[in-house]
Amino acid sequence: MELKSYRADLHIHTVLSPCGDIYMSPTAIVEQAKKLHLDMIAICDHNTTRQVKVTQQIGREMGVFVIGGVEITTQEEAHALAYFETDEQLDKFQEFLDEHLPHIPLDEEKFGYQLIVDKDEEVVGEEEWLLWSALDCDLDTLYDKVHEIGGLFVPAHVNKPASSLMSQLGFIPPDLKADALEISKHVTKPDFLKKFAYLKRFMFTKSSDAHFLHIIGEVHCVLHMYDLTFDEFRKTLHGEDGRYIDTEPKEKLQLLFG
Amino acid sequence: MKVQELVDKLGLKVLAGKNGLDREIDGCYISDLLSDVMGNAQEGNIWITLQTHKNVMAVASLKEMSCVILVKDLGANEDTINQANEEELPILQTSLPTFEIAGLVYNLLNNK
Repeated sequence: MELKSYRADLHIHTVLSPCGDIYMSPTAIVEQAKKLHLDMIAICDHNTTRQVKVTQQIGREMGVFVIGGVEITTQEEAHALAYFETDEQLDKFQEFLDEHLPHIPLDEEKFGYQLIVDKDEEVVGEEEWLLWSALDCDLDTLYDKVHEIGGLFVPAHVNKPASSLMSQLGFIPPDLKADALEISKHVTKPDFLKKFAYLKRFMFTKSSDAHFLHIIGEVHCVLHMYDLTFDEFRKTLHGEDGRYIDTEPKEKLQLLFG
Repeated sequence: MKVQELVDKLGLKVLAGKNGLDREIDGCYISDLLSDVMGNAQEGNIWITLQTHKNVMAVASLKEMSCVILVKDLGANEDTINQANEEELPILQTSLPTFEIAGLVYNLLNNK
């Protein structure tokens, strides 16, 4: 078997994130991904997975592989992505999130709406507590929990000057437990590693962190793996058997297909 | 002033790094962003924070700070405790929130 390449945007918010644009419905996101010829996307709202399943359903219908994820806020206020394979795993982690998110009511005027919508963009629910808060669990505990359930743990936009491991912890701990690291559009992997050579052992991803439709695919990465499955995704994050991720693909999706 | 005197006068609990209680104090820095502390704290400073990650000890040690005070009864995890003992850099604990302990430290350092 030969390695195939898959275009991926592994960090997309929906209208459920308080900062997510009102037009970020599951249907609109999958349609946009399809239009951009993305093979796979991941839905990562702040501290909730409640928009994942409907997006996966739409993804199956439209031929886009949708990974169920969440962008968790650690006690240190660093952001980290967690990815899960099955509904059962998502449910277990959602239970954990419900236990550990502080009960601070959402002020919609100040923070925005936290709406759960169905595939017809009808509002079917909302998150009561402010999703922007930090969970009362530290980084290591969250890694352990995600792994106990069978998920993958990827600290988000680690190079950014806010809400990252770098900003909150001063530097990325050399013995950090993670499956891969995400960098933002502001840096290339070679430039990042020039400064932080000790992180070479990690595979890197780069994604849009889109809160608006037109930002989806603004940057993306290309996963070189054998098939479009979660198990292959896991093996690629771990760099198994020659699988790898290109964080600086030459083609720009917006220009090619936009 | 030495760290031991700070502990005695403010009734702080020593969580770790007992062998560093004779460190000399020179000023104080308050921040919960470790990158900010890396950039701005000075040698001998007390560091008041609510962060408890092991990196706190790495930064405190790198900047040669005199001790760390954790506020609101926050505890340090095992990694952090071990590192503090190794570095002989005391981690102290208070039940007070940052504003109040900062006021007490300010008065003490300025003989008020």
